[in-house]
Amino acid sequence: MATAVEDRADNRQSPLSDAVVVRFAGDSGDGMQLTGGQFTLSSALAGNDFATFPDFPAEIRAPQGTLFGVSAFQINFGSSAIETAGDAPDVLVAMNPAALKTNVPQLKPGGLIIADEGEFNDRNLAKAKYDANPLDDGSLAKWQLLKLNISQLTMDAVKPFGLGNKEALRCKNMWTLGLALWMFDRDRQPLIDWLEAKFAKDPNLAAANVAALNAGHAYGETAELAGPLKQHHVDPAPVAPGLYRTLTGAEGIALGLVAGAQLAKLPMFFGGYPITPASAILHHLSRLKEYDVTTFQAEDEIAAICSAIGASYGGSLGVTSSSGPGIALKGEAMGLAIMTELPLVIVNSQRGGPSTGLPTKTEQSDLYQAVYGRNGDAPMPVIAARSPGDAFECAIEACRIAVQYMTPVMLLTDGYIANAAEPWAVPDLTSYEAFPVEFLTEVPEGGFKPYGRDDNLKRPWVKPGTPGLLHRIGGIEKEVDTGHINYAPDNHQAMTDIRKAKVDGVKVPDQVVELGAEGGKLAVVGWGSTFGPIHQAVRRKRAEGKDVSHIHIRHIWPLPANLGELLKSFDKVIVPEMNTGQLKTVLRDQYLVDAKPVNKVSGQPFTIAEIETAIEGALA
Amino acid sequence: MNEMTTIARTTTLKDWETDQEVRWCPGCGDYAILKAVQRTMPEIGTAPENTVFISGIGCSSRFPYYMETYGFHTIHGRAPAFATGLKLANPDLDIWIVTGDGDGLSIGGNHTMHLIRRNLDCQIMLFNNEIYGLTKGQYSPTSRVGTTSPSTPYGSVDRPAQPAAFALGAGARFVARGFDVSKELPNVLKAAHAHKGAAFIEIFQNCIVYNKDVFEDFAAPKGAEDRQLWLKQGEPMLYAKGTKGIALDADELHLKTVDVVDGDWEAAGVIVHDVTNRSVAHMLVEMRFGEFPMALGVLYDDPRPTFEADVVRQNKAASEGKTADLQGLLKKGQTWTVTEGGPEL
Repeated sequence: MATAVEDRADNRQSPLSDAVVVRFAGDSGDGMQLTGGQFTLSSALAGNDFATFPDFPAEIRAPQGTLFGVSAFQINFGSSAIETAGDAPDVLVAMNPAALKTNVPQLKPGGLIIADEGEFNDRNLAKAKYDANPLDDGSLAKWQLLKLNISQLTMDAVKPFGLGNKEALRCKNMWTLGLALWMFDRDRQPLIDWLEAKFAKDPNLAAANVAALNAGHAYGETAELAGPLKQHHVDPAPVAPGLYRTLTGAEGIALGLVAGAQLAKLPMFFGGYPITPASAILHHLSRLKEYDVTTFQAEDEIAAICSAIGASYGGSLGVTSSSGPGIALKGEAMGLAIMTELPLVIVNSQRGGPSTGLPTKTEQSDLYQAVYGRNGDAPMPVIAARSPGDAFECAIEACRIAVQYMTPVMLLTDGYIANAAEPWAVPDLTSYEAFPVEFLTEVPEGGFKPYGRDDNLKRPWVKPGTPGLLHRIGGIEKEVDTGHINYAPDNHQAMTDIRKAKVDGVKVPDQVVELGAEGGKLAVVGWGSTFGPIHQAVRRKRAEGKDVSHIHIRHIWPLPANLGELLKSFDKVIVPEMNTGQLKTVLRDQYLVDAKPVNKVSGQPFTIAEIETAIEGALA
Repeated sequence: MNEMTTIARTTTLKDWETDQEVRWCPGCGDYAILKAVQRTMPEIGTAPENTVFISGIGCSSRFPYYMETYGFHTIHGRAPAFATGLKLANPDLDIWIVTGDGDGLSIGGNHTMHLIRRNLDCQIMLFNNEIYGLTKGQYSPTSRVGTTSPSTPYGSVDRPAQPAAFALGAGARFVARGFDVSKELPNVLKAAHAHKGAAFIEIFQNCIVYNKDVFEDFAAPKGAEDRQLWLKQGEPMLYAKGTKGIALDADELHLKTVDVVDGDWEAAGVIVHDVTNRSVAHMLVEMRFGEFPMALGVLYDDPRPTFEADVVRQNKAASEGKTADLQGLLKKGQTWTVTEGGPEL
């Protein structure tokens, strides 16, 4: 992630020595996402830098205790820059056998397992397909094991409040959170305040949860001397002074879109259709009506984009959002937006594909779809966000390009960015340059040409309702300047050339090198959410004295003008991607460089170690 | 359409014609519909610049190019979705959707249904010629069983959709029927325009190349009196020069034709047309031609609040008392400040 400011240069220290990775895993109904979220907040308040990785099943209420119903939340926090959710957990909290089974393989050797032995009964063991109780059979010997009957301890703690059995057990996650707070020397008060606010309508339930939290904390204090439980203190990370909040990618996109529309001085229209993991953007925006945002839940993905194009035609900033399968459905309408040259922002929160694929898992496999995935020669700018905070910046950039060039723009994010949270220094909006739109309102000198162009090759934007500028647009090939229907060979050639030249000419900043030299033995080129693991891996290898640089591309199309030369200044180029090599193909095609793919399509982000291995391999 | 937004303007038919060459086949029913619309617009009294024609794909969907208004020729079946976004962006616009039986009921059936269900204020003109014209004559979702076409050389086997019944079933608050060369068409269009909300008009249209004269059985001038039932608000449902009428069979709960003797339609039990009677509207759209005359004119008209008005109202209510302070929004929720001394809430 991006808050650290003093850790840009090579760091000879092992960068993770002062960082801890904790994974909370339990049944879908155990409240692990909530526990993780609150632990994240306490990490922020402790001044740690952090990154999180929520990993939950596609099923809403998967059958209790099953392997596929496990929901996990991983957080990596530390006293120096944290850019990934961590490769392997140091601590695994397993609330049932299924959670243990699915998560323990990733735990570091010697790492700590905290297991709720109250849930390791025959029924749950069978559901997790354990023949014997792993807590007793020695199979966990390479880790430290702390067996606690969290269920019973929670029941005891909340007994005075007279809750039913089921309700009492639902406080388990707060007991666990209390223990985690003690383990990392955290202040409990903000969490107590939060609980009291959350359950304001039911003070008894609030008190029970607080009691569970306190009991978990107290357990840590008293149990310290015996067994593997130790208290750790992680110092605050050096972070620039300022105001911070946590930000998920979905929030970053939603806020960035609102900011972009405001900078363009336009009302925003958002047409969406429910799809995982993109729906969160629709949810956020639907609460922001006072910002001149109209949201519309359409009958399908096609109607969602078509309504957004209709709104853009009417003078709003049209935005639509989806994930891969929905983006596929929107393809024809994107072509119309390209043909009619109307501004539009299309957000794709990528997930595992093809088809329905892995709805809740992350992947970067829609790059071809974004750059090439339409009928005809249909060029469209494409931008990719690297983190939740960067998603805010990219959304503004997408809005800018859309209105300054009258073009649809695709903004790529992914399931990992959408759900992950990071600390975010709240930006000062006055530092952003506005790009107010000027509609054509009267016949210009030389007559009105609906497809006349300015220096950016942008055509005028005329709102229906404007007297004197009546005209018709549509998907049939346009005549140069007039926009009338025209099928003539020369005209189609000319219009195709113009559409290409317009997008090729979109001004994007020159590519910078994130880490390392411009030129050398090896460039690791990434895009999107692989930023964290690539950056950390390159930093570690540079600390070992290796000649390797990190280049991270935001503007996927058009590519930065200097990129070709930059890539050619390296002996070797590797491209880690969560796909089978899509950016790699584009780079080879555009620059004839021998970019080598490093691919992972498991639905999980790269680990730092995986990128390090790839770097070692390339330099060998 | 929207009364608060009507920009009155005196225009003539010429003001609504573009300089574009009309490219329909000579003799196509679309010419008559285009003229009827261009003739009706001055009578409605709206301003061309405030009017938008939106279409999908197909012969009918070329319509916007020939209207001197704003126009958007979109993609196949999706005109209702574009119209929805446009109307929400600017509720003051007067929006006409032009579609066909393939565009509006096959590929775009879903959008037609949802536009009607939401009750977006607009006019939907569905040109029904029971055939795909622009793709050279395949059978359509309204083609009669047994239609031979390039894609059904042995005759189509699937049952046709009934546009007016579909619209009413989707929750339409205005359903009307007309046909291309009918003198009554402008009146139907005016009624549709006067209706605030989604106004659905099925216009039977003669495709002279691929489905010639398929509506001649009721549309032909000769004998039209006996085959057309023009519905008028508050008037008895009479046809055949008043010698026949439509009555309700109360035992079987369906409509029936009755003979009217000496003009005493009341004695014959003929129903008086009440455009707000939804039950009767359901029976009218289901009336099978042959056994019954073709029901034409305004079959149903009972407005209720429009989608865009409700959206605008909700947006306004949700914004009430709030300021659009984006900087404030960015720091909403749980924040902390990092100072030299470390973070604090």
